[in-house]
Amino acid sequence: MTEPTGQARPEPIKAVPVRHPGRWVGIVVVAILTAMFLHMLLTNDAFQWQFMFDNMFSEPVLKGAWTTLWVTVVAMILGVVIGVIIAVMRLSPNPVISSAAFAYTWFFRAVPRVVLLVLFGNLGILYAEVGFGLPFGEQLLGLFGLEGSGQIFGVDANKILSGLVAGLLGLSLSEGAYMGEIVRAGIQSIDPGQAEAAQALGMGRGLTMQRIVLPQAMRVIVPPTGNETIAMLKDTALLAFVPVTNELFFQLQAIGSRTFQVFPMLVAACLWYLSMTSVLMVGQYFLEKRFARGVQGRAKEKLLKATVPTGAGIE
Amino acid sequence: MSDHPMVKAEQVCKSFGHVEVLKGIDLEIAPREVLCIIGPSGSGKSTFLRCINHLEDVDAGKLWVDGELVGYRERGGKLHEMKERDVAAQRREIGMVFQRFNLFPHMTALENVMVAPVKVKGEKKSVVHERAMDLLKQVGLGDRGGAYPSMLSGGQQQRVAIARALAMQPKLMLFDEPTSALDPELVGDVLEVMRQLAESGMTMVVVTHEMGFAREVGDSLVFMDGGVVVEAGPPREVITNPQHKRTQAFLSKVL
Repeated sequence: MTEPTGQARPEPIKAVPVRHPGRWVGIVVVAILTAMFLHMLLTNDAFQWQFMFDNMFSEPVLKGAWTTLWVTVVAMILGVVIGVIIAVMRLSPNPVISSAAFAYTWFFRAVPRVVLLVLFGNLGILYAEVGFGLPFGEQLLGLFGLEGSGQIFGVDANKILSGLVAGLLGLSLSEGAYMGEIVRAGIQSIDPGQAEAAQALGMGRGLTMQRIVLPQAMRVIVPPTGNETIAMLKDTALLAFVPVTNELFFQLQAIGSRTFQVFPMLVAACLWYLSMTSVLMVGQYFLEKRFARGVQGRAKEKLLKATVPTGAGIE
Repeated sequence: MSDHPMVKAEQVCKSFGHVEVLKGIDLEIAPREVLCIIGPSGSGKSTFLRCINHLEDVDAGKLWVDGELVGYRERGGKLHEMKERDVAAQRREIGMVFQRFNLFPHMTALENVMVAPVKVKGEKKSVVHERAMDLLKQVGLGDRGGAYPSMLSGGQQQRVAIARALAMQPKLMLFDEPTSALDPELVGDVLEVMRQLAESGMTMVVVTHEMGFAREVGDSLVFMDGGVVVEAGPPREVITNPQHKRTQAFLSKVL
């Protein structure tokens, strides 16, 4: 920068700031409402704070919380895997594959999760036994005049479709449909020039997706996936309909109805879900940071020395 | 050197819906030749370039690169569409540089250059690393390997893109208006890299508006308009003494 010749730098501006009377009114209103709320929390006996704290960490509740947490994680992992597969299928040039993906999304988004969970819980009515073998084995073998079912092995449906498995299946299949749409949006948000450049370098469709498109799409995919994870955490309360009783909300409610202290246990449920969601939000923050690589403002230039020996992130 | 041309086009036609973009292009490009294609926008020059590495498929006519039919295989007098894997294998031999660079933003410059040789060709990382560093040095960015594309200027990004294409050790390089998206003061560096590449004997097809480059570096010049080759010849002759009215009109506007 060149200094203007013969002129001193002008003084910084000292002006009277604009007043914001509305803000002061707002502070007063919010303060009064907060005080009223706190007063209600502390003086209303129905809250039974002591009772709540005594019971919200009892053994069955902790076990229920654990179930809620791991079902959330497993259902989300399965949901994301299904979602990626469905999204890639949906964008396939093969019309059969893309229609199949569309039909999947159509069905699992249309049916409410509660209905789906009850349905899966009762799947034992449809199949007494789950078997693996030739499709239409009995009929096929019949054509050749043979006896048998063509089944390699089978298990009692009620055994594998125990409550938890049915619940997990229902939640992850439903999640897969939503994740499919999220992943598809992420893939489609990437400039087609990226895939073109990858193709021009001789990459096939799979490699282009895996190395070039999906890593960039992640930046668009992660925030709504955070939403989905939080929604999933809350939807585990629906497991009670399968029925799975070893779950957080059911356990808290059970204590409530057994002791006739319904409200404190509902507050306990709010606190449990609040704290679990907060933990998930921290995880989301780190994921978002990870996939912001190369985005201006976020990325720090790696020192060349650091990248030289490893040849960078090409694993 | 092989005696067949590096690129041979025979009546190449291409339409998008009802719009006929290429109406029968005949061209031959010898090994080590630098061919520049000029013409007004919409004349089909970029489309023709994209046909050469099968980013667009040709509707009619034939295209050969190094004696091999692009995108199809001739068997028993019939054309068979190539499988995706074989098309990809053909593209490995052809480098392409885009108008808007299309660097991978989630990778550093060095990773951009290394990813294809490592992942597509399966070359050893240490070998590729050395080559990538040499290439970055060659394009004047030896110290910027750790930078993400968003930290580089347009001219630097385009030079990384050239290094990325060269890392696959192609026998033919395609440039699709490589300097059109650049600020004027950044154009020179990119053209200098391309000039050096031409001097090293690379076969190049360059779609460009840079008349100076076409005249100085090009071995031949093609003027396209309305999906046909209007005029072709040595660059100096075409630029200083155009025969066709349309060429004259175009050159009078750009020179």
